[in-house]
Amino acid sequence: MSTIADLPRQQFQSDANRTANDAPRRAAVRRALSNYQTARDRTGATFTDWKSARASAATIKHEAVNHLDRYLEEFEQKFTARGGKVFWATDSKQARDYILNLAKEKGVRSIVKSKAMTGEEIHLNEALIKEGYAVVESDLGEYIQQLKGEPPYHFVFPCMHLRRDEISDLFHRELGTAKTDSPEELTMIARNVLRRAYVDADMGISGGNFIVADTGMISITENEGNARLTVGLPKIHVALIGIEKVVPCLADLALFLPMLATAGTGQHLTGYNSMYGGPRQPGEIDGPEEFHVVFLDNHRTRLLADPEQRDALHCIRCGACLNVCPIFKNIGGHTYGTTYQGPIGSVITPHFRGLEDWKHLSGASSLCGACTETCPVGIDIHHHLLHNRRNAAAQKPAAGEQLLWKAFSFLMKRPALYRLATKFAPLGGLLHPLVEGTAMDPVASWTATREFPAAPQGSFRERFRAHKAAKAELVKKGGVQ
Amino acid sequence: MNQNRGDREAILGRVREALREEAPLKHPAERSAGGEPTTAHFREWLPPVGASIDERFALFAKLSESLRTELHLCADMAEVSAFIKKLAEEGNWKTIALHTGELISPLILELPPQLSPLLLQSGYDKDELEACDAGLTECDLLVAQTGSVCVTSKSAGGRVLSVLPPHHIVVARKSQLVTDLTEAYASLATKYRDAYPSMISFITGPSRTGDIERILVLGAHGPKRLTVLLLPS
Ligand code: SF4
Repeated sequence: MSTIADLPRQQFQSDANRTANDAPRRAAVRRALSNYQTARDRTGATFTDWKSARASAATIKHEAVNHLDRYLEEFEQKFTARGGKVFWATDSKQARDYILNLAKEKGVRSIVKSKAMTGEEIHLNEALIKEGYAVVESDLGEYIQQLKGEPPYHFVFPCMHLRRDEISDLFHRELGTAKTDSPEELTMIARNVLRRAYVDADMGISGGNFIVADTGMISITENEGNARLTVGLPKIHVALIGIEKVVPCLADLALFLPMLATAGTGQHLTGYNSMYGGPRQPGEIDGPEEFHVVFLDNHRTRLLADPEQRDALHCIRCGACLNVCPIFKNIGGHTYGTTYQGPIGSVITPHFRGLEDWKHLSGASSLCGACTETCPVGIDIHHHLLHNRRNAAAQKPAAGEQLLWKAFSFLMKRPALYRLATKFAPLGGLLHPLVEGTAMDPVASWTATREFPAAPQGSFRERFRAHKAAKAELVKKGGVQ
Repeated sequence: MNQNRGDREAILGRVREALREEAPLKHPAERSAGGEPTTAHFREWLPPVGASIDERFALFAKLSESLRTELHLCADMAEVSAFIKKLAEEGNWKTIALHTGELISPLILELPPQLSPLLLQSGYDKDELEACDAGLTECDLLVAQTGSVCVTSKSAGGRVLSVLPPHHIVVARKSQLVTDLTEAYASLATKYRDAYPSMISFITGPSRTGDIERILVLGAHGPKRLTVLLLPS
């Protein structure tokens, strides 16, 4: 995104500055999110008791995540008994290599994908395309982002930042279709391209919303039907899924599916909620011959090892915390520079990719608590951001900063020296114009958006003393009664 | 066959190591007398449905309307046949894909002569199915609380028939209507026991997307229209 992006923090800062000033883009995002809010409020109000439902969802996820080993093994046993295969990947590379090898071994040529944030996480598409496979994203929003060559803007609404005329121009340029400003016509253009992709593909790759332990199933939630087709038509199905996505029982979904829909999009239930327990079974008409589930760790166990923040793994990726976040609304999804944007992304990314490089995300919050309030599984999101700030501060601060604080305390402990220093403050004001706007400007980040105040002539103590002297003079003259 | 299970032991080891210290339970849920929260409780918190079959049906009809599922009551099989014939004429259909079943099989003979059936039995040609104008299936259940049609790879002619053709028609009986997802899962468990079909899918309205400016468009991939023809119990 950014031109000077070396460090994640620099990229974040420069993208935040740019997007916060892009008023039309922000207006589009706000409009989309206000539609969401209306729908969510309406559906949420039909619940008899949202709070209890939420406490129960949190309790079930707590049970699942705190006995993760047991449930993953239970899933594996049930799933493999029905002909499925489970592969356990420690990191991105291991997961990618497994899928690449599988594709090679089976003589796969073209691949259709339904939405999987885990795929973004391990950069699966790039790897597959590099090896010569045709890979098509089938979720409309993901398809648009793929054509645009851009990562998703929001992990539930991938192209929410684009206006229809931008999408029309994109289709015109990439597909040669006529321009239109009808969302319906744009959707039909994609529909026609994608229907061929399902029929032609010999491998379908999906993510998964839930790993159901007791029946050995993967549950996938979607609105379009693209995932149904992705795992229905090709002869091989690969589901790439994070190890934390477990629920103990199939019946638990009776709670989670309506809550995911309500929090995620404001629907009673998302268009298609499908549970897949193995490849095509004897006597069935169709379905893949092979079904591989790839369990992805990729540092999830690092977060698991932190009892204080373990509940961040309860996340069902509904996206609600992004939708209500004042920071997300202003800086947008790409600024985060992460696979998972918004408040929950700011909590988990430092665990996944290292606190030192990603601690700045903990500051991308007003601590208003809207995220915590809205989360359907009751994750203490904004407190976790505070925990990350605390943990970052406990790490050794940068050398420059240390020096600055040392100098400050040296000065503050020596009144005479301090008085001397304040005498020279106006001098700084005089010298500042010489460096203003250059890389040498020590207060550049302040002056980029505001005026730097001029240092007053004389300190408070000097002025107070002068004032007292003048008053004494007046009394002496009898001017004051 | 590939027997490689990857880092199974290492990952399970890391999980067990990580879990040695317990995490606090921040949201203790309501529990029934001394027990774990049970799925029966979900009903007390989720949107209410009503106890009687009439209330259930009224809610299913109301949700169908807002989801743009076309729900029609049919007095008997003859009416179902007539309705399909009418849809076929209006849509100028040439082929309809379907599977055999208690409710569907009798309909095959009654199809209008200009409409040729593609009967899915074992394998089928993907291109042929893709070119069909409609798909006709049965289902396992209808869910009042969410306005959903529950199909499985066993009840609805496999995985794809209910989602590839642009118009999906479901024939069902009113007795298949259950209260909520909790009842649906319980009923599936009784019906299939340990031999679940490889796919269970709750279909809630025709295929839809809001990806462009969050504006609703029907028929993103699969069915642009979903019709439920409901027979008496
Ligand atoms: S943290 Fe909560 S609100 Fe945010 S995406 Fe996850 S489940 Fe949804």
